[in-house]
Amino acid sequence: MHIDEIKNGLVLDHIKAGKSMKIYNYLELDKLDCVVAIIKNVSSKKMGKKDIIKIDAEIEVDVDILGYIDPGITVDVIKDGKLVEKRHLELPEKVCNVIHCKNPRCITSTEQGLQQMFKLTDKANGIYRCIYCESKAKHGSLL
Amino acid sequence: MKNLISILDLSLEEIDELIATANDIIENPVKYSEKCHGKKMATLFFEPSTRTRLSFEAAMYELGGNVLGFSEANSSSASKGESVADTVKVVSYYADIITMRHPKEGAPLVASMNATVPIINAGDGGHNHPTQTLTDLLTIKREMGRFDNLTIGLCGDLKFGRTVHSLVQAMMRYNNVKFVMISPDELKIPEYLKQELIDAGVEFTETTDLEKAMPELDILYMTRVQRERFFNEADYIRLKDSYILTSEKLLAAKADMRVLHPLPRVNEISLDVDDDIRAAYFRQACNGKYIRMALILKLLGVE
Ligand SMILES: [Zn+2]
Repeated sequence: MHIDEIKNGLVLDHIKAGKSMKIYNYLELDKLDCVVAIIKNVSSKKMGKKDIIKIDAEIEVDVDILGYIDPGITVDVIKDGKLVEKRHLELPEKVCNVIHCKNPRCITSTEQGLQQMFKLTDKANGIYRCIYCESKAKHGSLL
Repeated sequence: MKNLISILDLSLEEIDELIATANDIIENPVKYSEKCHGKKMATLFFEPSTRTRLSFEAAMYELGGNVLGFSEANSSSASKGESVADTVKVVSYYADIITMRHPKEGAPLVASMNATVPIINAGDGGHNHPTQTLTDLLTIKREMGRFDNLTIGLCGDLKFGRTVHSLVQAMMRYNNVKFVMISPDELKIPEYLKQELIDAGVEFTETTDLEKAMPELDILYMTRVQRERFFNEADYIRLKDSYILTSEKLLAAKADMRVLHPLPRVNEISLDVDDDIRAAYFRQACNGKYIRMALILKLLGVE
């Protein structure tokens, strides 16, 4: 496939340069059967350099994880070779099993099978807190 | 309301309701003596806290109910590695309501996500202890007759004292409440709490001098200054006496001021203060039983 030509699928655009592999891993794109193209260090007016991921299949990506990692990423939906939707991401209200609580006194440190759950408590500053112990997550620590 | 995990789970109306019920229980105890007949409360204390457990158990017995449970992790399933989730799933079959104390922060929330009966948080590590805050609120209401227009002095360990943090968060929701934070520099209230006060436009001052602050206070909430909180012994010895309340220091206080303390005290309030009408801490401990009775009734849906 020409990496510019996707028939039906998604383009994850405006990824910070060098971060595309992390996104690839968080979204578990390795599990897909379809063609996935990672394009690194594309020149960008806005960002200087950026990465792009193109996925040649109509899949749902976890926009919550993506929004948490970097709300600046855009998701372009391609149908029949045309851009039909440009999704802008937001900080998700909750993220599940993405951030891990680092507080050793937190119940997540001992309870087996407990999901790691963080809640957006301060939208303006992008602060997430563990729903169990209310410890602050360091935002952006994923990238 | 199905569980009580944090004091902030309660609206001001719900707090008012609980206080009204507690006051009614105090005035008409007989009316309530069979309200929980045939009901069982499980007290799951994964770390011991005799006072809190006795208060809950007395509350349930005075409502005509029964109590079962354990009060140390090593006598329970937890020492065999059973999860909080599994424990409360099982105990839900045996009891109508569960009171839980646990050393890990957030354990009661995990319990509430897995139990089929109401969960009361009786303290989760240094995190929340909402029934202590309810006790403090009932005491303030009974002693002062109001929640607004109060100047509240908080004295001692304001850095680690979770009862202080919850009380600030509960009281800052009322009108014209001012706080005077009295502590050594090492034990000042945490930044996040200061920020909450600033964001809410609540007036507060910080001082290291209890005696100077005394005359303006309507309430003085005392806490213990623990030796292990200090970096060195010299600082501890230098500072510890300045945060001990004596009847002499009380001379400068308002006649209708009230002294609260979550108990147990060690030496931060000298014994000669006990006979002063302004010493409200034993009445406070008594109130703890009544507010827990009100809470049990509310969570069990007993009219
Ligand atoms: Zn946590």
